[in-house]
Amino acid sequence: MPVFDRSGAAAEGFVPPSAQDFIFRPIFGDSLFFTKPALLVFFSVIVISVFFIATSRKALVVPSRAQFLGESIYGFVREVIGRDVIGPDFMKFVPFLFSLFTFILVNNIFGIIPIIQFPTMSHIGFPIALALFTYGVYHAVAIKHHGFFKYVKDICFMPGIPKPIYIILTPVELLTFLVTRPMTLSIRLFANMFAGHLLLLVFTIGGEHLLAGGLFMKVLSPFSFVMAIGLTFFEFGIQCLQAYIFTLLTALYIAGALSDAH
Amino acid sequence: MTGTMAIVGFGLSTIGPGIATGLIFAAYINGLARQPEARGLLQPIAFLGFALAEALALFGLVLAFVLK
Repeated sequence: MPVFDRSGAAAEGFVPPSAQDFIFRPIFGDSLFFTKPALLVFFSVIVISVFFIATSRKALVVPSRAQFLGESIYGFVREVIGRDVIGPDFMKFVPFLFSLFTFILVNNIFGIIPIIQFPTMSHIGFPIALALFTYGVYHAVAIKHHGFFKYVKDICFMPGIPKPIYIILTPVELLTFLVTRPMTLSIRLFANMFAGHLLLLVFTIGGEHLLAGGLFMKVLSPFSFVMAIGLTFFEFGIQCLQAYIFTLLTALYIAGALSDAH
Repeated sequence: MTGTMAIVGFGLSTIGPGIATGLIFAAYINGLARQPEARGLLQPIAFLGFALAEALALFGLVLAFVLK
């Protein structure tokens, strides 16, 4: 049962995949809550919880393979992203960073798993929500560490700069801290997932359309499918990279909020 | 000749990130060639820089689709 509607595409009129292919009808009921992306987000949380609880109970000193995998992912976030970036105070932020990383990673990987095949981060609402969490956290950390008025003064009038430069520096700094950071965080994740899914759609649907055409088209269609397979592997790399980048930038913003030289 | 300005805009917006990616990885290759042991230090920086540059190209792609 297709939950998005491509029935209008006949053999002659090829309808290329567009932003319309990202709109889903509700599976049951009328409310927009029970669409595929919303259910996928809940499913991802269940998958993450079950995996990490199952691999960390009865932890052996010599770990089994599943325990090793779970511990590697946690160790990666804690050491490479947490300790190296934030510095001595990093343990407080590891739960947040770990949740961000695994949530984005699992939701992205849904884009290439055969039956699911939809990266939920390609609906802009989800990255916006995550970027708002990061926004709240790094401002709250800075205000708690420096005090509200000193923090605002440090953003607007960065110490150690000759006075006339403040005319252009202050608006740029304010724009960066208040608008640009959350906007680029969310749009970067959204655009990567949107573009990747669209590319996969183009080559898969195009290959299927070529297969339904004349003899010359049929001969060309394997190239389209080979491109689709190659792009699937490439998309896997991009999905892991985007999860890493989002978490790394969150850690960098928190580190910047905690540092004294700014 | 038909088409939309949105696609032309996307094409133009990939010039900057393309050059940026080339510069970033040229620096990475140079650093790695001078000192192969520095791979663990340079690789995260290279990929971080690439993702930040790619973000701008993707803004163009997404806006080309959304603002038809």
